[in-house]
Amino acid sequence: MGVEVVGHAVLAEGLRKRFGDKWALDGFDLAVPAGTVCGLLGPNGAGKTTAVRILATLLRLDGGRGEVAGHDVVREAPAVRRRVALNGQQSTVDDVLTGRENLVMWGRLYHLSRRQARARADELLEQFGLTDAADKRAKQYSGGMRRRLDLASSFITRPSVLFLDEPTTGLDPRNRGEVWREVRRVVTGGTTVLLTTQYLDEADQLADQVVVLDSGRVAAQGTPERLKSTLGGDRIEVVVRDAGDLPVVRDVLGPDAEVDPDAFRVSAAVADRVAALTRVTSALASKGVEAEDIVLRRPTLDEVFLAITGHKAQVRA
Amino acid sequence: MNALRFAVVDSWVVAKRDLVHWVREPVRVFANLAYPIISVLIFGLVFGSAMTVFGGGDYIAFLLPGMFGQTIAFGVAATMMTVSIDADRGVTDRFRASPMSQTGVVAGRSLADLVNSSLELLVLALCGLVIGWSFHNGLPNALLAFALFLWLRFALVWIGIYLGLLVRPEAASASWMFLFPLTMFANTFVSPELMPGWLRVVAEWNPLSSTVAAARELFGNPGVGGDSWAAQNSLLLAVLWPAVFVAVFWPLSVLKYRNLSR
Repeated sequence: MGVEVVGHAVLAEGLRKRFGDKWALDGFDLAVPAGTVCGLLGPNGAGKTTAVRILATLLRLDGGRGEVAGHDVVREAPAVRRRVALNGQQSTVDDVLTGRENLVMWGRLYHLSRRQARARADELLEQFGLTDAADKRAKQYSGGMRRRLDLASSFITRPSVLFLDEPTTGLDPRNRGEVWREVRRVVTGGTTVLLTTQYLDEADQLADQVVVLDSGRVAAQGTPERLKSTLGGDRIEVVVRDAGDLPVVRDVLGPDAEVDPDAFRVSAAVADRVAALTRVTSALASKGVEAEDIVLRRPTLDEVFLAITGHKAQVRA
Repeated sequence: MNALRFAVVDSWVVAKRDLVHWVREPVRVFANLAYPIISVLIFGLVFGSAMTVFGGGDYIAFLLPGMFGQTIAFGVAATMMTVSIDADRGVTDRFRASPMSQTGVVAGRSLADLVNSSLELLVLALCGLVIGWSFHNGLPNALLAFALFLWLRFALVWIGIYLGLLVRPEAASASWMFLFPLTMFANTFVSPELMPGWLRVVAEWNPLSSTVAAARELFGNPGVGGDSWAAQNSLLLAVLWPAVFVAVFWPLSVLKYRNLSR
């Protein structure tokens, strides 16, 4: 009875979870349309992983309601487990086994017959570009290959919802790109992805919708474009040689500029990157300020946070 | 019926993973075997001449069942390590978020650990036969003695699972500090009769002592007897103690496993 899940693949209503006397989630709401990617953005301790673990049936909730792939995460946990896959922060790849053996093992644990498990492993190795390395032990894989193997093992049963908890933490840029490509590919196949990340650019690259978490609650949500425009997009940073020049630079950058006297640095949000760079360079030259460095960069997560929540990201001790 | 079939398949898949590890990384197996073999040589051949067995008898013949017991007891650390590393690396979470049978996870663990311990006992017994240990009451009794050791090992799997879920791998690797004295305050290396009063009571009632004493009796090795109730009923206790461990730690492990979602 393959009832198509229409509407929301992941739904959370007022989720609450307490650890000791601290609420890790305090009325968390989320609605992810089927076949889309939702990025949960927030610093360590904001509640991202807690939310994912509850929705993946790994953690009991203390209040509210969660529904994944059309089933309640508490009352219908086994039904949820058959339809989701979880990829945690650490790799669950078994180093001693070969890539193929890893996939066959998970296939068997997802209750495929031996023949089905082998056939599915071959398909996945092909899809994730691991066929050439299939019979090498995972120990010899690069970081990106291990991640891909880990992802492949989540796709044994073609889950309708995939939870990715910080999929690229600790990977170099090239390997991150590989993982992003795989995530985009699985979404084309119809899988809904809920992804947690600490990187703004990762959410920007992958997510249709971004939810910013702060202290267990949704602080902001929308498309990456909308969130970025809230922040004024990119930032310009000017570093000076002489601290005495800092006030002059601030005047040039405008009233919202932030001054970091210790770093001899002034930064401000800019709407048009190139125009701003030209304007600032010539203004500084005309005032006779010698800049050590002028850079254009994207806002950091800390700045997103500061802009959205009005306070700095607090890292849980 | 399906549930049972999947429990069997799942436990085999989990056990096979460990067995493949041992075959491909035999260094670990050798390292595990090296300790008991070296101990047998040190205690048997180096200290052996200075050791006395209460009631008389050859020390090597006395020592071997004690070494079997210590090896089995150390197995609890191996189980703890594997369980806590799997939990720490998120493998346990993957198992829990999958439709696999939860019985399969622990049954697979027991199976793999029992195979490993059987191998350790076999190698140790061969080593013992070389340096002069033997069994004198026939093969069936000897096999029964080994079955008692494995029965204890099975019980320790449950303690290992519970403790492994309780602590992180760093703490699990420190468990030796507690385990080592626990295996020495027993009849493993020295007869309890030769220990000071309070320690003697501890050693006599140590569950490991019951299994070792029962095995000595079944093997026909020296050092059997003693006037405490525990020493006189070692065979009964060798069956009962592990049963008590299983009865306590089986439900505790299941509870702990569920409470990972606390």
